[in-house]
Amino acid sequence: MTLTIDTQAKAEEAAVAAPVGTLFRFATAGSVDDGKSTLVGRLLHDSKAILADQLEAVTRTSTERGFGGEGGGIDFALLTDGLRAEREQGITIDVAYRYFATPTRSFILADCPGHVQYTRNMVTGATTADAVIMLIDARKGVLEQTRRHLSVVALLRVPHVIIAVNKIDLLDYDEAAYMEVEASVRLVTAEVGIEAVHVIPVSALVGDNVVDRSERTPWYGGPSLLELLETLTVIDDLDASGRATEAFRLPVQLVLRPQGAVVVAPELADSYRDYRAYAGQVASGSIKVGDTVSVEPGGGTSTVTGIDFAGVALDEAFAPQSIAVRLADDLDIARGAVIAAAGSLPPVTRTLEADLFWLDPRPLAPGARVLVKFGTTVMQALISEVTGRLDLTTLGAQPATSLAVNDIGQASIRLSRDLPVERYAQNRRSGAFLVIHPQDGATLAAGIVTAPGEPTRAGDGSGAGSEVSP
Amino acid sequence: MRAPPMTITTHRLSELDVLESEAIHIIREVVAEFERPVLMFSGGKDSVVVLHLAAKAFWPGKIPFTLLHVDTGHNFPEVLKFRDQTVAAHGVRLTVAKVQDYIDDGRLVERADGTRNPLQTLPLLDAIAAGRHDAVFGGARRDEDKARAKERILSLRDEFGQWDPRNQRPELWNLYNGRHTVGQHVRAFPISNWTELNVWRYIERENIELPPLYYAHQREVYRRDNMWRSVSPVSLPRADETVETRTVRYRTVGDMSCTGAVDSNAASVADVVREVGVSTITERGATRADDRISEAAMEDRKKEGYF
Repeated sequence: MTLTIDTQAKAEEAAVAAPVGTLFRFATAGSVDDGKSTLVGRLLHDSKAILADQLEAVTRTSTERGFGGEGGGIDFALLTDGLRAEREQGITIDVAYRYFATPTRSFILADCPGHVQYTRNMVTGATTADAVIMLIDARKGVLEQTRRHLSVVALLRVPHVIIAVNKIDLLDYDEAAYMEVEASVRLVTAEVGIEAVHVIPVSALVGDNVVDRSERTPWYGGPSLLELLETLTVIDDLDASGRATEAFRLPVQLVLRPQGAVVVAPELADSYRDYRAYAGQVASGSIKVGDTVSVEPGGGTSTVTGIDFAGVALDEAFAPQSIAVRLADDLDIARGAVIAAAGSLPPVTRTLEADLFWLDPRPLAPGARVLVKFGTTVMQALISEVTGRLDLTTLGAQPATSLAVNDIGQASIRLSRDLPVERYAQNRRSGAFLVIHPQDGATLAAGIVTAPGEPTRAGDGSGAGSEVSP
Repeated sequence: MRAPPMTITTHRLSELDVLESEAIHIIREVVAEFERPVLMFSGGKDSVVVLHLAAKAFWPGKIPFTLLHVDTGHNFPEVLKFRDQTVAAHGVRLTVAKVQDYIDDGRLVERADGTRNPLQTLPLLDAIAAGRHDAVFGGARRDEDKARAKERILSLRDEFGQWDPRNQRPELWNLYNGRHTVGQHVRAFPISNWTELNVWRYIERENIELPPLYYAHQREVYRRDNMWRSVSPVSLPRADETVETRTVRYRTVGDMSCTGAVDSNAASVADVVREVGVSTITERGATRADDRISEAAMEDRKKEGYF
């Protein structure tokens, strides 16, 4: 049992958690019938996030359908299954977003269905999540699909992983039975490469350890699910001293150049006649006025003369703020450019190796011409070769020449333009990309860079990637 | 395939700051990737907040798109007045599509129940086509309704404006895919992740002006469908309904024929923030008769091209 570790980690995390008003995003995943919708409904209900009229509607429908039992006659799954077909068929079709708050934190919950389209839904939910809650049925333990889900979570590097061992009531709250499940959970998470994992025995139906710690599991000394969610850290790439752990990256969305058509007071209008700033959302790291920055494409260098946020001049900005940056030099910067901490960008390249989460029903044919979107850059690309497919049973690569929907595969990609390519493991924002169908615009795949190719010319710095130099 | 080492971090941005930056990022992406965006603007609090965010996104420049309102003909006069004042203050252009025109020439038929909310879809689609708009901003939020909870931030619509909930594009990281084909357009919802309370706290923090009926005032009302309905030419009480003067406010502002008021003494933004914080009923449940028609009322309207 790792209670001491969990408790210690929790205490450390609580010590640095912001006092009020933080936003925490998490996703739920699990196999069909693990009781995920019930858990989500229970979490919302017991944290008082279900309002009277919603509860009334759900109670009415539950009664009409003859739902009874220990849940107090309420089928909690009805709270999250929003579409007509879902309620009729008792399944969840698509990711549903839920919002609730406790006195210390607000939550955005992406409820991801666990059936056929699981990769597509899991990837959608997990790419924006600070934590993923994986449900498993205590009676069934770790299933094939649990391993698959955990592999996706590991590849996407979701910061926190929570395993909720559900239906503990059906094991009569038996410690030994639970410990057996927990041991197998820890084995498989270690196997897929997840280092830290929180395991909690819960009953979504009855409510054990969901919001409040249960008296029926005295052998479990850890936090309830909600307590854990309230204290896990929000990973935004700052370390304990507030220093950015990733280098500054600003993908330029557009150039703000009002040329006299300004909204400032008339007496100030003249001073904004030549206003020019680069607008974007800080993808990683932080920037201060006076900092030296490099720009790609072009490899130019300049100094930050101002950081604007809607009329407010900032001294410093950090991820994920939306800002506009003014530079000392008149560089050729347009949408798609990246403004970065000087010396931090890797060398530009036209080739890369990537893991692709294939999401489209149409299979990937080798040699496919596609569009890729990195940050704010969209360019043509060629998937020159599929080099393998992840076997989610053995977790090893098997040979493959094409990818079908829900496959996770490795591919070599050729880009039509130079790009400073970073590994996803180094920078979760700049190492991620979309693969888009060039004609109908469908999102074909989520991509994460595993290895940049040979540089086409030297980078602006050491080429060490995005680590901040000391 | 090792997970990254756990780093203990602090979060320096408040919830509202994070939501604000997310919304501005979405607005800028849409403006950068589309030819002719337009913002649905009714003068209701959510669209007012989106307009405010758009102004911040492009400061010190002007908002680079126009506004569109589908007027049911049953809108509250004080909201229309506020709408026009706000449009003028921001120096933007507003197009108004009128449901009444469609009823007058027979393209639409008045419903038996008198509500005009479902009738907005046709004028909306016509206005989108006439303006050749490829992106339409809206102030819809996912916490409003079970169907909206499933909609993407960029929601692809066909030439009939239809939403296909079973065939939505996956939305990954903060990389939005705005690609579309001729005839398609995208609905963009920058405040998808905001709750009603977030909206009110933001209105308080940013000192944003709203139509007066969002705050407690005296009004002649009568009880119907468990909500207070305003006495007006388009929403008259039946013989068995008693008119009384009460202190009320509106939590949502839509069509007078289907929007109800709630008992409230919340006369200031701070009062409303407190009231919303402890409310036990959702805003649409409390105030929208049209969403009570069936459990899937919103889903059905969205599939037909509604917002």
